[in-house]
Amino acid sequence: MNNTPQTKRDFLKYVLGAGVLAWLASVVYPVLAYLKPPKQGEVEVTTVKVGPLSAIPKESGEIVRFGTKPVILIRTAEGDVRAFAATCTHLDCTVQFRKDLGVIWCACHNGKYDLSGRNIAGPPPRPLDPYRVVIQDGDVLLSKKS
Amino acid sequence: MSTLGKKLYRWVDDRVHLGDLIEFMGKKYVPVHRGSIWYYFGGVTLFLFLIQVITGILLLLYYKGSEDLAFESIQFLMSKVSFGWLIRSVHSWSANLFILAAFIHMFSVFFEKSYRPPREMTWLSGMFMLFLGFGFGFSGYLLPWNELAFFATKVGTDIAGVIPLVGKPMMIFLRGGEDVTGATLSRFFGFHVAVLPGLFTVLLGIHLLLVQRQGMSEPLGAEDSPAADKKTMPFFPNFLLRDLLFWLIVLNVLAILAVFFPWELGQKADAFAPAPAGIRPEWYFLFMFQTLKYLPAQLWIVDGEVLGILLFALAGILWTLVPFWDRKSAKGQQSRIITYVGIGAIVYILVFTILGWLF
Ligand code: FES
Repeated sequence: MNNTPQTKRDFLKYVLGAGVLAWLASVVYPVLAYLKPPKQGEVEVTTVKVGPLSAIPKESGEIVRFGTKPVILIRTAEGDVRAFAATCTHLDCTVQFRKDLGVIWCACHNGKYDLSGRNIAGPPPRPLDPYRVVIQDGDVLLSKKS
Repeated sequence: MSTLGKKLYRWVDDRVHLGDLIEFMGKKYVPVHRGSIWYYFGGVTLFLFLIQVITGILLLLYYKGSEDLAFESIQFLMSKVSFGWLIRSVHSWSANLFILAAFIHMFSVFFEKSYRPPREMTWLSGMFMLFLGFGFGFSGYLLPWNELAFFATKVGTDIAGVIPLVGKPMMIFLRGGEDVTGATLSRFFGFHVAVLPGLFTVLLGIHLLLVQRQGMSEPLGAEDSPAADKKTMPFFPNFLLRDLLFWLIVLNVLAILAVFFPWELGQKADAFAPAPAGIRPEWYFLFMFQTLKYLPAQLWIVDGEVLGILLFALAGILWTLVPFWDRKSAKGQQSRIITYVGIGAIVYILVFTILGWLF
């Protein structure tokens, strides 16, 4: 009964508006989704065999591969073997062992961690994530701490 | 003009009325005053941009944008291709001079308060172009895929990642994944040679159109003095020739730098090597980088760098929006505070850049 030209026009406006919105969404959504890179099916690495303990000198540190991640393997002066994620907790640089300072050092902003992975100086906000080290038949094995 | 030239001119003129354009050029005057020298830096920036386009296209003929080939393709370019080293060196140096010239241009406009009405849009388009310039620098830095660039990109994109809420998705978008990998290189390559140049060209068109439409800005207070007292020079040919002279000087400086200080390539990036000592970003990011270095890990309850980044972002936004909050200049009055803000910014940038350079 209220079919005046006014309400008819309103109705048309809504239909048109909703149509434009739906059209925009159907264009924008695929583009946004496209920009987001898909998760790569990474092979889940659980354990890595680094090599014989005898080959690692005391007071040394080196980067080893753990899947796609770098891990720093430290052998202290006492002969302890420890491993941490080599990714600095500050802004993602890769850390290194500094024999002269006796610390794990990040060159990017001069961050320092002690040999237990604790952040002791500079900007790093958190300790390095530890990895589990097991010595089995004289070989060094690395695995993720759960 | 030869008769052929005249004929050609008439042919074009019949269709698009070149006469109007020539009359417009002939009526264009550039104000002459103690600050006139600063007018040239906009043109110099434009000139350096043109050099970037030309050398960039030349580099594209040999560059290969992939993780395994990028570094080697530049090695090849520099050692085997005739004058390859020169083209690359010019591109790198001119990129740096471009940013420098843009900075000078920006600060001169800032101190003259030329952003005041009616030129707010010119200022905004210029600031957006400067930000795009940073984007060019940041993305181009990674393309040779060397150690320094690899870690600088890790740090730079990680910084984007600490911004609350939008940071993480933005970082993944930039990196093309969780880490800096070949996927990042592909994306940066695309940004550097397609996305950024396209956007930049549009902004540049708007910027130049506005300058033509509104004419050169005059110093504060000079607008009110009677027209007869004003000194001007014709744009064509007087100003244009001086412009060209400046371009020639810049070209010489560029040639000297590129030939005598060729741009190094460094070591190929390796995701399983520790970050080398002495890693630093391009000099125009250095003052921010150095600030982050001095901030403690925790300030009260926020991460030091989150605070630093938010403060820089805020400062950048305020700086960009200066035409809209500098009420005094808008009314044609001298605004001391703005001048002090500008001097403060320059001193801050200089001090932290030098500190970053030394330590
Ligand atoms: S990334 Fe390691 S200290 Fe900043």
